[in-house]
Amino acid sequence: MGGPVIDVKNLVVWRGGRPVLVDISLEVSGGSVTGLLGPSGCGKTTLMRAIVGVQRVWSGEVTVLGLPAGHPTLRRRVGYVTQAPAVYGDLAVEENLRYFASVVDASPARVEEVLRTVGLAGREQQVVNSMSGGEQARVSLATALLNRPELLVLDEPTVGLDPVLRAGLWRTFHELAEGGATLLISSHVMDEARECDALLLMRDGTLLACTTPADLRRDAGEQDLGRAFLKVIEQAEGAR
Amino acid sequence: MSARVTLATARRVLWQIRRDRRTVALLLAVPCLLLVLMRYVFDKQPRTFQHIGAPLCGLFPFIIMFLVTSITMLRERTTGTLERLMTLPLAKLDLLAGYGIAFGVLATVQAAVVCTVGFLALGLDAPHGAWLIALLAIANALLGMALGLFVSAFAQTEFQAVQFMPALVFPQMLLCGLFVNRDAMAPLLHDISWALPLTYAYEALERATSPAALSGVVLRDAIVILATTLAALALGAVTLPRRTP
Repeated sequence: MGGPVIDVKNLVVWRGGRPVLVDISLEVSGGSVTGLLGPSGCGKTTLMRAIVGVQRVWSGEVTVLGLPAGHPTLRRRVGYVTQAPAVYGDLAVEENLRYFASVVDASPARVEEVLRTVGLAGREQQVVNSMSGGEQARVSLATALLNRPELLVLDEPTVGLDPVLRAGLWRTFHELAEGGATLLISSHVMDEARECDALLLMRDGTLLACTTPADLRRDAGEQDLGRAFLKVIEQAEGAR
Repeated sequence: MSARVTLATARRVLWQIRRDRRTVALLLAVPCLLLVLMRYVFDKQPRTFQHIGAPLCGLFPFIIMFLVTSITMLRERTTGTLERLMTLPLAKLDLLAGYGIAFGVLATVQAAVVCTVGFLALGLDAPHGAWLIALLAIANALLGMALGLFVSAFAQTEFQAVQFMPALVFPQMLLCGLFVNRDAMAPLLHDISWALPLTYAYEALERATSPAALSGVVLRDAIVILATTLAALALGAVTLPRRTP
């Protein structure tokens, strides 16, 4: 393929009369799991929305798989899972998946596969509204896996999940990356940084660092990734 | 646009409606009960019942589809499913046409039930055949759906969406000529009534339920209804941006 899967140059986004993203530039390479980390409200979701092409941007360029973000052909190649489960709560799990499978032209067999992937096999007939928050999030994730997207953008997919499920989902993410997919996963839990190949650290609408867990530990001189992130923030504020 | 996606969307909307049995029951039973109620309210005035009840058979679907669609679409907007659909290979026309087919099916069932009750059980007169009224009812239902889709963009909550009914539908009911002949209204209101789609919906129904020979007016009215439906759908498409602030 060559070239980064995501290429953001000088991205600026204003929402509600204030800048939410301030001059963000970054690259994400293919076949990797990249963590987008930062406190809630720092602009992670806005950045992800810009990458999938649903965010109105002020200036800057966002290129995904060599095409401008939001390009019609990208709708078949990029999967996006919003933070709140975006599925039909009044429908059964299987009805949701069958509908989204029709939209992306995935086979019925694929519906069973993705349900196994997210650990919901056997729950096809349950109405989504009657499920727990974590289960609903997994239904939402399953719909995004249907067409085997080359790039998966996941907004806080593990929030509120129990540790066993969380570990299982991270295993799934790594398997998808080994299969050639690129994953961009946001989290406000620094704990999850160690699961990622690359890290993007954000705060107050700016990108503080583009690094890897190993480099972050080494540069900050801290084994604990949470404390290392704090150090990066202090350094950035000292430089300001 | 793709037939597969359009039909899948129609099927999905019908699944949603089917899951909500109480709504389906209300959709079908309420207009019939109101007709029965009117029949006995106008017990001593059968001509008034014919004059108001017969056209109402074709107007109920408009009112109800307006309400149901505006809420369904509002949910699609507020729960994030619309945003997700906009990131998928789905044309806006697939979504709008899917809604149109689903609510068209529902309107057909509703029109059949209401017309059966009105024209068979309650003895209302359909001098040119009840099928004509049922057909107009379906067209009116689609008009209600298209307007509902459009106005859902201006509501943030379901409370607001429900208020669009008295705000946008009731004035049209008053001005369309159903309760008072339009010629008897203040001249300004008469002029305004020409700009309201329900005026044409009622006019066609009024002709279809009175014994005078049918004229080209019914056809003209039907064309106005369909054209307004298409215009409202086009406006609805504008309220579905791929990118939002």
